[in-house]
Amino acid sequence: MPRTLCIILMLITPAVFAEATLNIGSKRFTESYILGEILTQAAGYANEAKVVHKQGLGNTGILFAALQSGSIDIYPEYSGTIWFELLKKSAAGDLAALNRALAPLGLAAAIPIGFNNTYALAMQDARAAKLGISSISDLAYHPELKFGLSQEFLNRKDGWLQLKSAYALPLEPLGLDHGLAYEALTEGKIDVMDIYSTDAKIAKYHLRVLNDDKHIFPSYDALLLYRSDVPGRFPKTWAALEKLEGKISANQMAAMNAEAELEGKPFPAIAADFLASGTVPKPGGRASKNLLRLIFAVDFWRLTAEHLLLVFVSLGGAIVLGIPLGVCAAHVPVARQPILSVVGVIQTLPSLALLAFLISMLGTIGVIPALIALFLYALLPIVRNTHAGISDIQPSLTEAAQSLGLPFFARLRLIELPLASRAILAGIKTSAVINVGTATIAAFVGAGGYGERIVQGLALNDAATMLAGAIPAAALALLLQGGFELLDRWLIPAGLRAATSA
Amino acid sequence: MIALENVSKTYGKQLALAPTSLQFTKGRIAALIGPSGCGKSTLLRLMLGLIQPDEGRVIFNGEPLDGDNVERVRHAIGYVIQDGGLFPHLTARANVVLLAHFLRRNASWIEERVNNLTELVRIPRAALARYPSELSGGQRQRVGLMRALMLDPEILLLDEPLGALDPIVRSELQRELKGIFTHLGKTVILVTHDMNEAAYLASDIVLLREGRVVQRGTLNELLHHPAEPYVTQFIQAQRATLAEMP
Repeated sequence: MPRTLCIILMLITPAVFAEATLNIGSKRFTESYILGEILTQAAGYANEAKVVHKQGLGNTGILFAALQSGSIDIYPEYSGTIWFELLKKSAAGDLAALNRALAPLGLAAAIPIGFNNTYALAMQDARAAKLGISSISDLAYHPELKFGLSQEFLNRKDGWLQLKSAYALPLEPLGLDHGLAYEALTEGKIDVMDIYSTDAKIAKYHLRVLNDDKHIFPSYDALLLYRSDVPGRFPKTWAALEKLEGKISANQMAAMNAEAELEGKPFPAIAADFLASGTVPKPGGRASKNLLRLIFAVDFWRLTAEHLLLVFVSLGGAIVLGIPLGVCAAHVPVARQPILSVVGVIQTLPSLALLAFLISMLGTIGVIPALIALFLYALLPIVRNTHAGISDIQPSLTEAAQSLGLPFFARLRLIELPLASRAILAGIKTSAVINVGTATIAAFVGAGGYGERIVQGLALNDAATMLAGAIPAAALALLLQGGFELLDRWLIPAGLRAATSA
Repeated sequence: MIALENVSKTYGKQLALAPTSLQFTKGRIAALIGPSGCGKSTLLRLMLGLIQPDEGRVIFNGEPLDGDNVERVRHAIGYVIQDGGLFPHLTARANVVLLAHFLRRNASWIEERVNNLTELVRIPRAALARYPSELSGGQRQRVGLMRALMLDPEILLLDEPLGALDPIVRSELQRELKGIFTHLGKTVILVTHDMNEAAYLASDIVLLREGRVVQRGTLNELLHHPAEPYVTQFIQAQRATLAEMP
């Protein structure tokens, strides 16, 4: 109990005592994590506000909602994404035009970081040198080259179709999984592939990025998207961030991505090294990845506390509402179908869709939408089992309870709920175990828990980090399962256990 | 005193009870008898307000049974069903005192009442600490009777109380029940399909068939002045079964 109290206090205290907090967000992929970390550390140097990095917050939609609601103040974004995805425009303009479009939303964009992370075509450096190819225009003179392109690139309207007609490229390309294309290129099975211009594997596979000399690809310049009031609220911090303008080239970004993805260097270290030197240090050896050490890293207890909080608070809510709903479904014939259908349908909603919906409805990210989503998912097993447990009571027993002259709520409390206790507890157990798994999704919206590691591992394509999140979650599920078996013995009336053993 | 006035009940199109008027006088023991589906259990359920009549009304001590008084009336009626109808999650004792506890009767009153009933139904004291699944069929029935008698009801309703018991236990319990009924002097209404049991326990026999009262009277009246040939048929059939036994 004192420990639980401590954990709760630890979770609450920072929120209570922080007066000015600058929240920096990042998306769920390597480059965004690194940029978010660089912004966070650079902002911290100003010593003006408490700076928090809410990292790996899922997709663009979630971050945009978080920014609008004020859950975060700044995050690194790309100009093309703002134009096409957030503002839904069909063509991009310059930075001044972008700010005119953003102003009505209370948002602004500034501080281009220096690189453009757009689609690009790449060849093996040696082969390109031999053929004398440095730009996409040059490809037109080499009809013998084989193109291996990702399905996404082939199908996007700003991808292959536009490129082919603009540069009059003669070839029919081969559709190829992006992950396999690097190997195919190395082995000479294809000659040209599509990449992102800051791709971590550029250096590793000795790729040459071909110059888009006709400027066909839309520009995705990295810059800061922020709430308009940030420079006014944190002038010193803003001045510190402005120093980052133009500081990172595409090559530098690619090298930092490589450090994270290929060498397993932690994001804070990459950011710190960059800020200390102004350049990217030479890649070192691969960081050692002892799984046990990864699992019990310094954040283990914080993540455990967050995870438990998510699971048990949502479960508590589901019990408090689910049992009465199940009772209602069992006793009110007209309510039965609606109740069971609605909780059933909730269960089928994809968790990310539900989270995105809750975020836009509540106008906040973090623990609250995660708790609500988990609560909704936990309802079905509890409602269904309560309903089944009560409906399955022998009619002669319900009649006996009625004929004694016990009023409805007394029958419920003294007879029906105890008789249904085994089924109800089984429902609660199912919900708890499912919740432990589903709670890992909460990391996508910044609610913490073991999912933080899974999300990070996914972004880095790093199995060890993913396992360091997945293993404790699985262990917690088993532990809960065991705990409930003990609780069964304690909570289920002795007569019901005797009845089954007899 | 409990009475039915022109009470009828159908389930969908199935007639369970044709319009029927019956009165049960205080202190008499009546048996409702007939083949299965004749409406005898429906009658008991109507008297307890477990089902509502389509027509007519049930009168308890001059008061028509309705939603407001149904719980009070149930407290004044003890109800015993086949195999006792005990709640499996409660010990025998907890089953017996459940309602008294709920109504906040004082502990010493409850204690004394349990002691008296334990002697009356002749159950070993140790059996009261057990769960229903740990009791024999006869013991469960005795506990069921204790539970029904706990609040000292005016009327005792028994629905095939001995139906689930083997013949030896059954005849032993029949003897005991007769003693208990005599001792208590309460109004008893007993449902059975066994004419011997009805005749042995009750002075007032109500023979039902297909939701209708065929005849009401003593065994002698039924034997010697049958209202319909069916009365003789029903009695003969039961005797024949006995005669065929080796």
